[in-house]
Amino acid sequence: MDKMLHVSVSPHIHGKKSTTGIMLDVILALLPASVAGVLLFGLSALWVIATCVVTAVACEALFNLIVKKEQTVGDLSAIVTGLLLALNLPANIPLWQAAVGTLFAIIVVKCIFGGLGHNVVNPAITARVFMLIAFGSMTAAVFPAGVDATAGATPLSVLAKGETVQLMDLFLGKCGGALGETSALALLIGGIYLLARRVISWHIPVSFIGSAFLLSLLVEKGDATAALAWILSGGLFIGAIFMATDYVTSPTTAKGKLIFGIGAGVITVLVRFFGTYPEGVSFAILLMNIVNPYIDSLCTRKVFGGSKK
Amino acid sequence: MKKENTMSVLLKGLLRENPVFVLILGTCPTLATTTTVTGAFGMGLATLAVLVCSNIVISALRKFIPDTVRIPCYIVVIAGFVTVVQMLIQAFIPDLYETLGVYLALITVNCIILGRAEMFAGKNPIGRSALDGIGMGLGFTLALLAMATVREVLGAGTFAGMEIPFLVDHKIELMAKAPGGLMVYGILIAVVNKITKGKVIKKKEFSCAGCPAAAECAGGCAEAVKEEQ
Repeated sequence: MDKMLHVSVSPHIHGKKSTTGIMLDVILALLPASVAGVLLFGLSALWVIATCVVTAVACEALFNLIVKKEQTVGDLSAIVTGLLLALNLPANIPLWQAAVGTLFAIIVVKCIFGGLGHNVVNPAITARVFMLIAFGSMTAAVFPAGVDATAGATPLSVLAKGETVQLMDLFLGKCGGALGETSALALLIGGIYLLARRVISWHIPVSFIGSAFLLSLLVEKGDATAALAWILSGGLFIGAIFMATDYVTSPTTAKGKLIFGIGAGVITVLVRFFGTYPEGVSFAILLMNIVNPYIDSLCTRKVFGGSKK
Repeated sequence: MKKENTMSVLLKGLLRENPVFVLILGTCPTLATTTTVTGAFGMGLATLAVLVCSNIVISALRKFIPDTVRIPCYIVVIAGFVTVVQMLIQAFIPDLYETLGVYLALITVNCIILGRAEMFAGKNPIGRSALDGIGMGLGFTLALLAMATVREVLGAGTFAGMEIPFLVDHKIELMAKAPGGLMVYGILIAVVNKITKGKVIKKKEFSCAGCPAAAECAGGCAEAVKEEQ
């Protein structure tokens, strides 16, 4: 009986990656940005991060207990959501608001729709938009210690007035903004790690940031320094590298990913230059999340040997 | 068609065929007037009054109204009662009149009232129609109160204008705005579905089996769809 032929359906070759492993990679990749946030903004940033992560895990565990579902806290995705959301919040946000936002991300956006893999939109980005509309404290400018805050505005609003900012400051994160989004350097380190581990592909980040750069260049009439300042400020890097690349809510094919990235870049620039909100990255990702199923159905690959539709 | 008992005519509007959470009618005033408990209560009672009166009159006139022009006739009756209620509120409760604004006049085109006229009052005797109006009106009022309670407590930290100690400093303003309204609405529909164990809506496709109003409608809309095709 040992020599019985085993027949199973495809796929026959499985990768070794597991959800937990991928989530662990994302957490590791987010560490530089988290450390940079704590260094730049002080201990209050650490409290925000701790609040979000603890609330996220507690919410998911409690929800699964109450609805008697299999416990999914072990896949670490709740920690990723909590950490990502924390990095998108200003360091001085009241902690109860951070907790309410995290609760919204986990319960309303993720668990009610059926947990990881069934959420229609990215929980962290949706919670950010929710908090942007719900709480006034989200739009206030917060500055790292030791930075001249007399200008009293985030780089995006300074740029909108037509003034210039130091590119190096933007790159290192010495400017106002959410606690994890300011340091492009730390975010890039995390992004390169994810690329090297093949957790994400280059398509979405490159097309997202690239299209935003080109459009900014167009609006700024060819001024490359100004265009660079536009893409280095705000939440573009954290959005493009960590949030737009969420497996569940982004296309699966390379072509689809390019469409997704370019669409998000275009919406970001449109909101930044012509919208009422100073930052458009979260709206861009949220809108592209919603049209994601259509992009996927546009880019279905022809089965080898299959007929044309 | 099996005749419903009188108690069921009165009670079905409260939960089993709640106009807001099960029939999904009258969503516009539901979202617009539930930012405060007081406004929601006033809106609910005003609609209840119009609904009962119009159900009685339409039921009384059901043998005289020609089938082909029944909708305009219903609207005229409803608009008449809305005007009466509007003037009464303006005269005696001017504050509520200010709060509700245009939505008071818009009761005329509230689909719950026209829906009950079309589905129930146009086919049933006066007594039963009045009971149906009371049940549906109370169901509407309760639904508005449920939504307004959640939205006002979370969004403004108050209940009917009274401040709630802890929440007033921790308000989530979004709840009082349109997106918050839609979120609360969706979650409450889910809760009602859970309480009724989804028995109300059995099939998802558009058919009489999946329609909670099928009992009164007796396949009327399915015939209409067939005629169009």
